[in-house]
Amino acid sequence: MTAYLVRRVLLMIPTLLFITIISFFVMRLAPGDPVQLQTELNPRVSAEARERLIAYHGLDKPIHVAYFIWLKNVLTFDFGRSSAPDGRPVIDKIAERLPITLFINVISFVLVLGLAIPIGILSATRQGSWLDRVTTLYVFVGYAMPSFWLALLLMILFGVRLGWLPISGLHSLDAYRMGAVEYWLDFGKHLVLPVFIGVFGGLAGLSRYARSSMLEVVRQDYVRVARAKGLPEKRVIYRHALRNALLPLLTIFGLSVPGFIGGSVIIESIFAIPGLGQLFYQGVLSRDYNLVMASLVIGAVLTMVGNVLADLSYAVANPQIRLGAKGGD
Amino acid sequence: MATETSAVGVAREAEAAPASLLRDFLRRLAKNRLAVASAVVILLAAVAAIFAPALSPYDPNALDLAAQLSPPSAAHPLGTDDLGRDVLSRMLYGARISLSVGFVAVGIAIAIGIVLGGIAGYYGGRLDQFIMWLVDVMLVFPTIFLILAVIAFVGPGLFKIMAIIGLTGWMGTTRLVRAEFLALREREFVAAVRAQGARDARIIFRHILPNAVAPVLVSATFGVAGAILTESALSFLGLGVPPPNATWGSLLSDGKAMIEVAWWLTVFPGLAIFVVSLAYNLLGEGIRDALDPRLRA
Repeated sequence: MTAYLVRRVLLMIPTLLFITIISFFVMRLAPGDPVQLQTELNPRVSAEARERLIAYHGLDKPIHVAYFIWLKNVLTFDFGRSSAPDGRPVIDKIAERLPITLFINVISFVLVLGLAIPIGILSATRQGSWLDRVTTLYVFVGYAMPSFWLALLLMILFGVRLGWLPISGLHSLDAYRMGAVEYWLDFGKHLVLPVFIGVFGGLAGLSRYARSSMLEVVRQDYVRVARAKGLPEKRVIYRHALRNALLPLLTIFGLSVPGFIGGSVIIESIFAIPGLGQLFYQGVLSRDYNLVMASLVIGAVLTMVGNVLADLSYAVANPQIRLGAKGGD
Repeated sequence: MATETSAVGVAREAEAAPASLLRDFLRRLAKNRLAVASAVVILLAAVAAIFAPALSPYDPNALDLAAQLSPPSAAHPLGTDDLGRDVLSRMLYGARISLSVGFVAVGIAIAIGIVLGGIAGYYGGRLDQFIMWLVDVMLVFPTIFLILAVIAFVGPGLFKIMAIIGLTGWMGTTRLVRAEFLALREREFVAAVRAQGARDARIIFRHILPNAVAPVLVSATFGVAGAILTESALSFLGLGVPPPNATWGSLLSDGKAMIEVAWWLTVFPGLAIFVVSLAYNLLGEGIRDALDPRLRA
């Protein structure tokens, strides 16, 4: 197990390096460099200021030299300054916004996993039942539904027509005057719609995998053996089948992490939530070079960490890997 | 009803001789009512896009200030926008852009996937390891982050959007094609053509690839749905195909500010995106089942 853990963590290093290479070269090879972007709107920028900017972005150096300078800074969490008027270090701005995005995504993750597993079990063990049909229908609707469209419709229905839920931000304007209970209740209400949208899309994919993974396991010989020796059905399903059905689910879950993180761009800009997604989107609109590059790297690193966590829990759950036996691949 | 049809179907399948794989496949597909309905929807959408000029009741850009924001009526079946433009006509023309973005982007992704996956699966070894590693690293980027980051610096544009969606969506196909090639390259017919002295490129494209077409077709069908959704999300964020080309996503985006006074501006384009991507997903599912009935869960 330790060996596996060490190997898995070491494997992160080349991936990490590649993430920075792709991020850097995608940005650098794209036509329109940051200096041009920053100066094209302002014709009065002096030649001197222009040169200073060119040097600041490393554009006066060969691309591989510029990359290593940038990489060295990135490794010390120095992503440069934002080109927004506040000119703050990009990493500070991101550090401020990241917890909100992580918080919303973790809630969505927990809900998706918590719902997908029972849905998968029920629709697999009662194949063809109304519940199974509803699940199948939902899966396809969830795949095809544009999340922003659903968000708009729900905002109008629950926010405007019915007035049950707030539709923007994380707190009401008068939240600072509220008592503790009221404050958190208000916060929770603000989270309902954004989390629902995040869960709606993610759950569709995962419950489908949970169902097919369960179906596959239920047909295995060891499940038949468990039944044949007279174990109650509950025990067969929950102790013998479920454990094995969960394994592939963990991998799929790891793969869905980028979808969640990417989804926060849309969710946060619709619901005006001040998270990383919104910050990134604003950075894209204002062509804030350093901010966009930093968000890209951090978004990818978050996904990588999510994948590694999924792999590790897979290893914990699967004795073939845990004990270092062959054939686990 | 459902059980009856499938029982008859099984009986018929058992007695029919496999005259032709394609006919067999089409017969199985035709029995899947959802897939057939989806194919009809897809066909209708394509016809609407191709014949948009003939089908549109109005010029999509003609202003009619006398009919601003009129709700759906006989004169304007899907209503008009704030400038009095006919929503139905705009959506018909929008279908051209939305659908062509979907097709071109998937075409690019599939082409890259076939080449990289084919190379990885056929040659194996270091090259395979490198390509698969590239796939893994690309999958680590949240796609929408990558797309938006590129757009931020390249700027929006119809062909740029097509290219960017295609260039960020080839990983799934690459894996798929590689897996097919890994299995196929060991088969006797490949050894036979190799013994005849065929070159690698010929073996890959003439002999192995045709046998790997089926799963690629399935993934392309799903891919079109994904690309249409991605384009509409980009348009929604104001970073999609720029005006004057209206897409379903940009129509929806333009209408969202007026959703309370003119619901039809958001509901109809959204519905079009939803129905068409649903149809592509269901057809893809149908094709997969028809190709390999054993997979049907």
